[in-house]
Amino acid sequence: MEETDLVILWGSNAREAHPIFFHHVLKAIHRGARLYAVDPRKTTSAQWAVPGTGHLPLYVGTDIPLANAIAREILAAGLENRSFIENATSGFEEYRRSVEPWTLERAELITGVPAEQIRELAHAYARADRAVLCWTLGITEHHNAVDNVRALINLSLLTGHVGRYGSGVCPLRGQNNVQGGGDMGALPDRLPGFQHVENDALRAKFERVWGVAIPPKGGWHLSGMFEAMEHGEMTALYVIGENPANSEADQHRTVRLLSGLETLVVQDMLLTATAELADVVLPAAAGWCESEGTVTNSERRVQRVRQALPPPPGVRDDVEILCDLARRMGHDLGNPTAEELWNELRALSPAHAGMSWTRLEAEDGLQWPCYDESHPGELYLHGRLWARPVIGPRAPFKAVEHDPPVDELTDEFPIRLTTGRHLDSYNTGVQTGLFASPMRKGGTVDLHPEDGWRLGVAEGDRVRVTSRRGSVVAPVRFDSGLRPGLAFMTLHYPDQVATNELTIDAVDPGSGTSEFKATAVRIEPVENAQLAGKQETHGSALHRPRA
Amino acid sequence: MTFQDAPDAKIPVPRGPVPVVPPPRPRRAVELTIDGQSVAVPEGATLLEAARQIGIDTPTLCFLENLTPVNVCRICVVEVEGSRTLVPACSRKAEPGMVVHTDSERVRLSRRMVLELLGSSVDLSTAPQIAGYMERYDAHPERFGPPAPPARDHERDLARPGHHPAPHNGQTATGGQPVKVDNELYVRDYSKCILCYKCVEACGTDAQNTFAIALAGRGFEARISTEYDVPLPDSACVYCGNCIGVCPTGALMFKSEFDLRQAEAWDESRQTATDTICPYCGVGCTLTVHVQDEKIVKVTSPIDHDVTNGHLCIKGRFGWEFVNRRE
Amino acid sequence: MDLHFTAHEPDPEEMEAVDRLLSGLPLNGHRRQYLLPVLHAIQDRKGWISPGALNYACQRLEVPPAEAFGVADFYALFQTRPHPPVTVHVCDDIACHARGAEALCAEVRTALGPEGESRDGHATWHRSPCLGLCERAPAALVVAAGDPPRDQALAPATGGDVLSAAVGVAIPQPDLAASVPQIGQPGLKLLARVGRIDPTSLDDYRAAGGFLALRRAFEMGPAAVVREVVESKLVGRGGAAFPTGIKWQGARSAALPRYLVCNADESEPGTFKDRVLMENDPFALIEAMTIAGFATGCEKGFLYLRGEYPLALARIENALQRCRERGFLGEDILGDGVRFDIELRRGAGAYICGEETALMNSLEGRRGEPRNKPPFPTEAGLFGQPTVINNVETLVNVLPIVIEGGKAFAAIGTERSTGPKLFCVSGHVKRPGVYEAPFGITLGELIDLAGGFGGTGRIQAILLGGAAGAFVTPDHLDAPLTFEGTRAIGATLGSAVVMPFDDTVDLRQILRRIAQFFRDESCGQCVPCRVGTVRQEELLHRLATDRPLGSLAAELALLKELGQAMRDASICGLGQTASGAIESALARLPIYQEKTL
Ligand SMILES: Cc1cc2nc3c(=O)[nH]c(=O)nc-3n(C[C@H](O)[C@H](O)[C@H](O)COP(=O)(O)O)c2cc1C
Ligand code: SF4
Ligand code: SF4
Ligand code: SF4
Ligand code: FES
Ligand code: FES
Repeated sequence: MEETDLVILWGSNAREAHPIFFHHVLKAIHRGARLYAVDPRKTTSAQWAVPGTGHLPLYVGTDIPLANAIAREILAAGLENRSFIENATSGFEEYRRSVEPWTLERAELITGVPAEQIRELAHAYARADRAVLCWTLGITEHHNAVDNVRALINLSLLTGHVGRYGSGVCPLRGQNNVQGGGDMGALPDRLPGFQHVENDALRAKFERVWGVAIPPKGGWHLSGMFEAMEHGEMTALYVIGENPANSEADQHRTVRLLSGLETLVVQDMLLTATAELADVVLPAAAGWCESEGTVTNSERRVQRVRQALPPPPGVRDDVEILCDLARRMGHDLGNPTAEELWNELRALSPAHAGMSWTRLEAEDGLQWPCYDESHPGELYLHGRLWARPVIGPRAPFKAVEHDPPVDELTDEFPIRLTTGRHLDSYNTGVQTGLFASPMRKGGTVDLHPEDGWRLGVAEGDRVRVTSRRGSVVAPVRFDSGLRPGLAFMTLHYPDQVATNELTIDAVDPGSGTSEFKATAVRIEPVENAQLAGKQETHGSALHRPRA
Repeated sequence: MTFQDAPDAKIPVPRGPVPVVPPPRPRRAVELTIDGQSVAVPEGATLLEAARQIGIDTPTLCFLENLTPVNVCRICVVEVEGSRTLVPACSRKAEPGMVVHTDSERVRLSRRMVLELLGSSVDLSTAPQIAGYMERYDAHPERFGPPAPPARDHERDLARPGHHPAPHNGQTATGGQPVKVDNELYVRDYSKCILCYKCVEACGTDAQNTFAIALAGRGFEARISTEYDVPLPDSACVYCGNCIGVCPTGALMFKSEFDLRQAEAWDESRQTATDTICPYCGVGCTLTVHVQDEKIVKVTSPIDHDVTNGHLCIKGRFGWEFVNRRE
Repeated sequence: MDLHFTAHEPDPEEMEAVDRLLSGLPLNGHRRQYLLPVLHAIQDRKGWISPGALNYACQRLEVPPAEAFGVADFYALFQTRPHPPVTVHVCDDIACHARGAEALCAEVRTALGPEGESRDGHATWHRSPCLGLCERAPAALVVAAGDPPRDQALAPATGGDVLSAAVGVAIPQPDLAASVPQIGQPGLKLLARVGRIDPTSLDDYRAAGGFLALRRAFEMGPAAVVREVVESKLVGRGGAAFPTGIKWQGARSAALPRYLVCNADESEPGTFKDRVLMENDPFALIEAMTIAGFATGCEKGFLYLRGEYPLALARIENALQRCRERGFLGEDILGDGVRFDIELRRGAGAYICGEETALMNSLEGRRGEPRNKPPFPTEAGLFGQPTVINNVETLVNVLPIVIEGGKAFAAIGTERSTGPKLFCVSGHVKRPGVYEAPFGITLGELIDLAGGFGGTGRIQAILLGGAAGAFVTPDHLDAPLTFEGTRAIGATLGSAVVMPFDDTVDLRQILRRIAQFFRDESCGQCVPCRVGTVRQEELLHRLATDRPLGSLAAELALLKELGQAMRDASICGLGQTASGAIESALARLPIYQEKTL
């Protein structure tokens, strides 16, 4: 990262959401690397971009047109990496045709980014010796998240900025172990080691070791589950360490569905809003400091977590709870230690095979894949694409088309609301709400000063924000980093301002992620709303979890 | 959701070549003599590194591996033959043929004097490392006379450069002043500040790039300050606590530690320090969790860790209150 | 950068002052370099730098406010707390001390109230270190904010003059002869034009032979100019005595771009020669800088002028303007395709900024903290680029070198100290002032040139080289004033200060004032100097007030140890020389003896 020449942060305010990762970006910048930030807001990250032209303020949900226009410009200027494309990719011709209509002018119209800036980014990216393209939830919290990601991957294939030292694509993970959770099989269609459950040979390997039959088909992802609850196909839910009652889009619906379940079991370290709805709550140890194990960060680095203090009385380790539960269900899994569990994984997952417990301790974590004990782990992936001939399948281009946000802007709902994080807070604020951050801005709705002026409100005035699904009241904060017509809220303060009462649960079919980033709203000063006879509700009925 | 799985999700991707990391540029060796021993170090290495290589322990205060050397404390000075003055080992690069003395009379005098000057002007009660140096160099800060009473709150912050009150009653001026407690996360006790610049560097280009604090004033009235001495919550501070992480004297201190010390309940012998991983974002910072009596009392990060370089953000540094508060 | 600002807003005047200064400047790359000028603009307009004004400056220049505050708060001429628009700086430094500074301070106190306070909110006063007007001591500087700001240097100053100047009355100053008694004497090289031409007129300068050297230099070519300078054996006149030719040669092979800096921060107590040159022959300095830039391959020069020199500022500004208009500076000098221009920057009250690397930090918009050397400026100086830095007098010497050749120049003076030299004679002599004499003149001869000892005529000690120099006694009158000659008597030529004190002066107070000077002017970076200068002052204060800690011998031993640590372990010349004059006095003069305590 530090030795790259160009960084693109696409839909990522890493300065606040991934601060220590951003330290490395800053090191690169101080070394002379250029930063481009693609973001509707001029975030604190974007303020470090190339002065004047480095921030591309696109309209929410127009990532694909922008990416396609960049691709077209690269092709038009003959800057694509021909030999890489020929050697290592497939589907190029179709992709080329698909981006053809995306001239700079058309993209400017659709995305709101000046053509000259699109052009500059295209040329800078294609010409850079080394370039890294990073994204976060700004890309993935859309109804067409997978297409958005594909659009960016296409760019990396086009330029060959992948699989080399200092070049690559980098999705920044929102949680300390999203990567690890997925790697360990916490995905509907995956077994540990990212091995597909529908691959018979792989499944058989697991069945042999585990001595049970594994259902041969992928399951539901999160939004699929809610769908299933809606249709009555799903009546019991076991939630471990999640807080969907606050974190899911369209909160009214979520709470209704959760409350309607026959059985809801919540295993968590805190009494979350979801836990308050549960039939059974299993108090669990704080994984990061009260138990032993591993997590995997965004760089695919498997790292040890260790017990620094014992859990409070009556609170137990996740593994202990699960084994006990299994015992009650008639399976004695014994009392495995974290190391024993890890060794089981190593036996089953080739990508983790080389990471002995001793190595994890001694080498401060290892990056998968790490095939055997002499393998160093891989600093970057996809090096195989540079082998001649390419090892394994070619990387496919995938043509993707623009599909505007589902929640349309109309005269009734003219303002685009997007969401994000504050530096000092985290997701639904369950954990961060408990330390006294002097910076905490509280739940606000952030507007461009011009919008405030148009609405006749000053900073601190309360406004009602109404979407097609719900309505909340929040104080206004001005942020000239926004564009007029764009509003911003965070999810950190569910009991002050239940932002997710507004958001839409339009779900991406590929990933199951909701479109948190694009809601259509209307904003009115509170007096008007009250005149209209509505009662001021202060956030949701759900409480902040008690400690 | 990477294109690892794009071709056919069901078939695992074959094993590729091991990534190539470009080797660091080869560096020529530089040979020099330190305390009569000859030593070869790569070009660009400092005298401090060279001395360490042959096991010579050089005291340092303003030097830290993850920060740019500022060479201001001068405790590390060594004698280089042919040089009019002593030179700071922490930043002076080794040159071929240099003849260096790290324990000559001149060196010992300057080191002792630096310690005495600090000891006579700064409260070093939470800087055990310096106490060790004091012993090693037989420093007696009290030689300069009795200390003057501490300044009133913010008095030192109003000093005008180039002006100071005349010495009084044979007392020695100090940096003594009340502790600045203006937020719930950390306190600033500049009576303990040796002006090593580390916090400024960590807040600035060497890590955080927030620039909430900088040097203000001049001379003995130079100090670490926000603009116009505004309280931290009005400043640019983002409470990453990276300044605390690098402060060698305890001038910057977790409020949790400060409170325990005030209550005389701080006891390092009852503490454990365990390395684990931050529970928040996906960067995966290593946290060293310090626990006393089954409560977390502070969080640091190992300085040689290549994700953090010892630095954290507000969530990793301070976001653990929820663990302590569970019952 | 993601900067954060407090809620303070600038007022319209402050905004206008900042905007006017920045209009037309290229605000890219090194925009932070305009921080010092912007702070001056605010200070000049309002008399202090308010939080709102600082925020605005920081927004325009993209500087973090905490850092900008730290810069403003470094300089004595900037006020960072609410302050009256008129400030009187009254010199109470050593030369003035010997000539009535305390009486002047008392008068000013009667007129304006206690130091630092203000009766009417309009004016206040502060004591000041040497204002570079020592030949006409006692001195004061009146600084009045406004649009335009009005600054006046008064020397000799009286309480009445100060009061009148504070309300805007222009006070006539003595004739130039009071500063340059040699005016019009034949054979002068550096002072030849001083007092003979109108310093505001380019035509006068040309009529007196101005710009002939530049034309000659262009004919010779850069390499030949450097060769002549090497041959001349010219040594820097700023105090560090480094051979100028070697510096220039080194620069010629260094990377591009390179910068030329003229060090006109003259702040060594007792020094005023550069001021006299700049006030009375400003075009000569510009011509010399242009030659230096041409010879060393710099297209850009910076002239860093001491902030307390309002007349020199006006004269240089005017001269730069005239030169640009007439093509003596700019894109195509003399039609020869040579490109060179000079930016004038004002210091803001910090002796340390005369140290070359501190000066560069100051130019870059940072605190004037010296850098560790190596690397030296010729490798990595201003903006990290190779930089040639020379003193005003050094540069002006280049004109005769180019005209007459290095050999002829080297024939003047002694083998190791070549050329003509300016001496700053003040204190107890009959005719204080700047004197030009060839190197090798003895101390006694120079005193004679200045009319002989003044005051009571009974001289206790003579300070050579300034506060960073050394005390000698009347026994040393035969010593030649050369680099080697002064070294031989355990002194240094420094900035060529010669300051005798008669027997009415309390040398204990002089020593204490010198110690105070170093304490006040230490940048505060390194421990030996930051705390060492405090302990040194405290120690001398104890001695001066007859309350030593333990025995006198113990105090003197402690002082010696302090001195050695400061000399050995400080980063820069300030700390390294802070004890020199004091130690020399205590070693040579019967100031403290066991019985006097
Ligand atoms: C504390 C200190 C103050 C100095 N002040 C000045 C000064 O006011 N003017 C000056 O020309 N040199 C001053 N110098 C010397 C400069 O660092 C530098 O040596 C000089 O500008 C080089 O120019 P020269 O070679 O022409 O003398 C000072 C040095 C120190 C250590
Ligand atoms: S507060 Fe600590 S880190 Fe900062 S300068 Fe003082 S001693 Fe150093
Ligand atoms: S310390 Fe901050 S950047 Fe590091 S993992 Fe934790 S939340 Fe992320
Ligand atoms: S010697 Fe004094 S003036 Fe020089 S760097 Fe050190 S503290 Fe600053
Ligand atoms: S450690 Fe080298 S000067 Fe401080
Ligand atoms: S002007 Fe007062 S001492 Fe120089």
